[in-house]
Amino acid sequence: MSDYRIKGATGDWEVVIGLEVHAQVTSQAKLFSGAATAFGAEPNSQVSLVDAAMPGMLPVPNRECIRQAVRTGMAIEAQINKWSRFDRKNYFYADLPQGYQISQLYHPIVGEGAIEISLDDKNPDAETKRIGIERIHVEQDAGKLMHDQHPTRSYVDLNRSGVALMEIVSRPDMRSPAEAGAYLRKLRSILRYVGSCDGNMEEGSMRADVNVSVRRPGEPFGTRTETKNVNSVRFVMQAIEHEASRQVDVLEAGGRIVQETRLFDPDSGTTRSMRSKEDAHDYRYFPDPDLLPLELDEAFLDECRASLPELPDAKRARYLALGITPYNAGVLTAEVEAARWFDALLEAGAKPVAASNWVTSELFGALNRLGRDIASSPVSPAQAAELLALVADGTLSGSLAKQVFEIMLETGQNAAQIVDERGLKQTSDTGAIEAEIARVMEANADKVADYRGGKDKLFGFFVGQVMKAMGGKANPGVVNDLLKKALG
Amino acid sequence: MAVDIATVQRIAGLARIAITEAEAARLAPELGNILGWIEQLGEVDTSGVAPMTAVIPNQLRLRDDVVNADPLTGGNVRDAVLANAPQAEHGFFAVPKVIE
Amino acid sequence: MSALTDLGIAAIRDGVAAGDFSAREVAEAFIAKVAAAKPLNAFLVETPDHALAAADAADAARAGGEVLKPLAGVPIGMKDLFCTAGVPTTAGSLILDGFTPPYESTVSANLWAAGAGMLGKLNMDQFAMGSSNETSAFGNVISPWRRGDGSNAPLAPGGSSGGSSAAVAARLCPGATGTDTGGSIRQPAAFTGISGIKPTYGRCSRWGVVAFASSLDQAGPMARDVRDCALMLEAMAGFDPKDATSLNESVPAWTASLSSNLKGKRIGIPREYRVDAMPDEIDALWQQGIDWLKDAGAEIVEVSLPHTKYALPAYYIIAPAEASSNLARYDGVRYGHRTLPDGANLQDMYAATRAAGFGDEVKRRIMIGTYVLSAGFYDAYFTQASKVRTLIARDFELAWAQCDYLLTPTAPSAAFALGEKSADPIAMYLNDVFTVPSSLAGLPAMSVPGGLDRQGLPLGLQIIGKALDEQGVLNASLALEERAGFVARPEKWW
Ligand SMILES: [Mg+2]
Ligand SMILES: [Zn+2]
Repeated sequence: MSDYRIKGATGDWEVVIGLEVHAQVTSQAKLFSGAATAFGAEPNSQVSLVDAAMPGMLPVPNRECIRQAVRTGMAIEAQINKWSRFDRKNYFYADLPQGYQISQLYHPIVGEGAIEISLDDKNPDAETKRIGIERIHVEQDAGKLMHDQHPTRSYVDLNRSGVALMEIVSRPDMRSPAEAGAYLRKLRSILRYVGSCDGNMEEGSMRADVNVSVRRPGEPFGTRTETKNVNSVRFVMQAIEHEASRQVDVLEAGGRIVQETRLFDPDSGTTRSMRSKEDAHDYRYFPDPDLLPLELDEAFLDECRASLPELPDAKRARYLALGITPYNAGVLTAEVEAARWFDALLEAGAKPVAASNWVTSELFGALNRLGRDIASSPVSPAQAAELLALVADGTLSGSLAKQVFEIMLETGQNAAQIVDERGLKQTSDTGAIEAEIARVMEANADKVADYRGGKDKLFGFFVGQVMKAMGGKANPGVVNDLLKKALG
Repeated sequence: MAVDIATVQRIAGLARIAITEAEAARLAPELGNILGWIEQLGEVDTSGVAPMTAVIPNQLRLRDDVVNADPLTGGNVRDAVLANAPQAEHGFFAVPKVIE
Repeated sequence: MSALTDLGIAAIRDGVAAGDFSAREVAEAFIAKVAAAKPLNAFLVETPDHALAAADAADAARAGGEVLKPLAGVPIGMKDLFCTAGVPTTAGSLILDGFTPPYESTVSANLWAAGAGMLGKLNMDQFAMGSSNETSAFGNVISPWRRGDGSNAPLAPGGSSGGSSAAVAARLCPGATGTDTGGSIRQPAAFTGISGIKPTYGRCSRWGVVAFASSLDQAGPMARDVRDCALMLEAMAGFDPKDATSLNESVPAWTASLSSNLKGKRIGIPREYRVDAMPDEIDALWQQGIDWLKDAGAEIVEVSLPHTKYALPAYYIIAPAEASSNLARYDGVRYGHRTLPDGANLQDMYAATRAAGFGDEVKRRIMIGTYVLSAGFYDAYFTQASKVRTLIARDFELAWAQCDYLLTPTAPSAAFALGEKSADPIAMYLNDVFTVPSSLAGLPAMSVPGGLDRQGLPLGLQIIGKALDEQGVLNASLALEERAGFVARPEKWW
């Protein structure tokens, strides 16, 4: 799918990318304690004795976090491991109170799966690619260190310590920054459909560790570096670009790539070596003796499966089958809120094709103007369905519908009410229209003559005059037919 | 099993226990003896044997997703969390400055 | 009437209930004994107010005509491994110097809920690592026992619950909590002529107990006889949703169901426990125990536990590995000791703090644990040990086809002198040879005094039972206790 190549002085290089995405699991309480997970609380207020690793404290897992990981696994059609267990990853750092992170190395809860990406979602003929997912495991987040509040001290806030994360590990299947971007967007979309992660990258709900290596096309994988905790799609793409060309420069200068952990600097768009974590590579993983193996029964798995919503790919296929254009289907399924809104609109009886056009142009345009997202749209799907129904049955013309919609946005009133109160109904009353046509032809006898003499273009002029005379409420189809007859 | 001083130093480093050269020299044969003694486990044929995962047949229980259901394992206990800290400032634990 | 401090748990409770004496009188008597026993160094912290408050509550309840709680008016000692709210808790280590938990362990909370009061926190081997109480950062506990040869050599009270064993044996408290990871209740009980039971793994919550080796640690009672242990264990045990390994089982009425009639029971004698160089006095006591159980109606069968020999080395991989990780939290950031050398960075601070805070044995075990988990060694050591552990548990499973309980000596020797084994870690580890296998298998096991050796020092016998069969273990131990008629007690020298 991608022929992305870095042109080096000595020839072409191919980039190999794998992503480890840390996605915060949507849950009220932490993975192993009852402290809250809400963002932005006072330092160390959402910390239990368990999260602070006080002596004698023990972890007990939160069912919801396990459930969300399983549902996520099912959404990417991955193997769900009915027997998994938690391991300890041992290292010392001030944001890690236990001196180990409870994670899953040996027996993750979710095994092999895949995500299909397209570089152009709006084009059904665009080539797609399957990106393999090696595993998803559940683990604890660390706390936060603040370095800029004191000249000689760092401050530790453990509010995030123990929040549940899913680590979603891809295969090194991506070959360009664009593919990595498409993968991240698709993954985020799926997580948000499933409801297992809010995908809020600014608040750190999704971060990616970016593994990059370069090689000559067709040759074995090169040595990779891991750039940690990159927190936007754009930054991930930048980090890949920078890191790949840095590696090419090193290799072409006769050097070799060291397997290391790097840090992305968003200001410069570059990566740099992260010395502070260099010696920490012997993590001494072993099964956490405070926790028994996690065994999932059929009833639990059934519930997880039954509670999965329709996912983006399936939804898009359904929309296409309804005759919706690929462009509209792509736009409507990219974000779960838009898709939910659109489904509600269809549910309320709107005709799919007309509705998809109206949502992607009128509604999105209006929301854009108002600076609102669809979840807080001033017009509800039921109200929109009513408006579209008035268009479909000929009560409103396109331009009348626009007028009514504007009033709906301002007042929150229903379309039918607006039409009634303001008399905005379109008319197909042939008598009234014929009378106006006669009057217009009389007033423009010269143009009638010109038209009859062959100036066909003047037809539009007459339509405009008649519509204007009718206050915009005449049915344009009827006006056309009657004008054609009258002009001969 | 011979354990050399460099190994002792490396292990002590991993374990974050500062040791002097002299301590490492004393520990090397001591650890060597203990490791030599436990190595007799290698004699046991464990092919086809699964490592023990639960001491007593028992399944992992999961808790409900409820905040502060039990005050002993819930949040909102900042004072208790910070009460024993060697250095706590402005609601944070303080440590020597870390350069990342 | 004998001194109040000569009474056991049941006798105190019954006496308070009957009005023979007040709980306050009992508490005051023990408080005075504790205060006068400094040379034993059994208590790290004395909490007379706690004991008195519980006693007053018991007296008030009785005066109010209420039904008394099961341990109403009983003052006990608390091993310093249990976190106690508002009372310093050190696990015998400098690294927890100054640490005062704002929370109460489940087991101690259960005891207070049952009406017991606390006389103080008991000294112990640092982080429960030791078999002689010589690894405490706060000095050795001295056994109240002395050899009958006139030598005044201070003896080990056993470990790691050595403060508990010394305190109960010296009648400083009628009962004390212990914890047992590889024998730390049973071996000190045997060394000091008292009883102690390690219940099935998961019976007593580990929440709030400073962790040594999570897959092995179990709390249990140490007291003067089997009935007192049963009473105390009933209060300590129970399901705790805060501990993911806690057994969701109700606590049986062990005390009410005590019976020393062993008719129809088969007692297994594991062949592999006849180790080389075992003193013949231990052997003789073991034979005596066999005769006693026969006398109680049991049938004796010889059984084999073929992997016994590998239990100790497996234990000395698994326990240090878990400990190396469990003790990583002692880093000088959130509680306890901190050493911050001039100009030290974070990692330097960790290393300096842990170097200063941990004692030699703790460091040794952290190092061993770190080594066996480190890259390249994990499978050969930890995985292999975990597999051997499966085999050891299977040995017991197979034995249960032939017998109901196992009878073994508790320890391979009587109490040794302080300093006698501290130079040789492996010799010290060998002390747990009879207690470690049942720990690895999570089985309930109890030590009761069987008699005295030639030096006049106590020797213990151990009963091991099936998982969850504490009742059977208590019953067989009671049968031994009744026949042993052990009444010896250390002569007061302190
Ligand atoms: Mg990573
Ligand atoms: Zn991770």
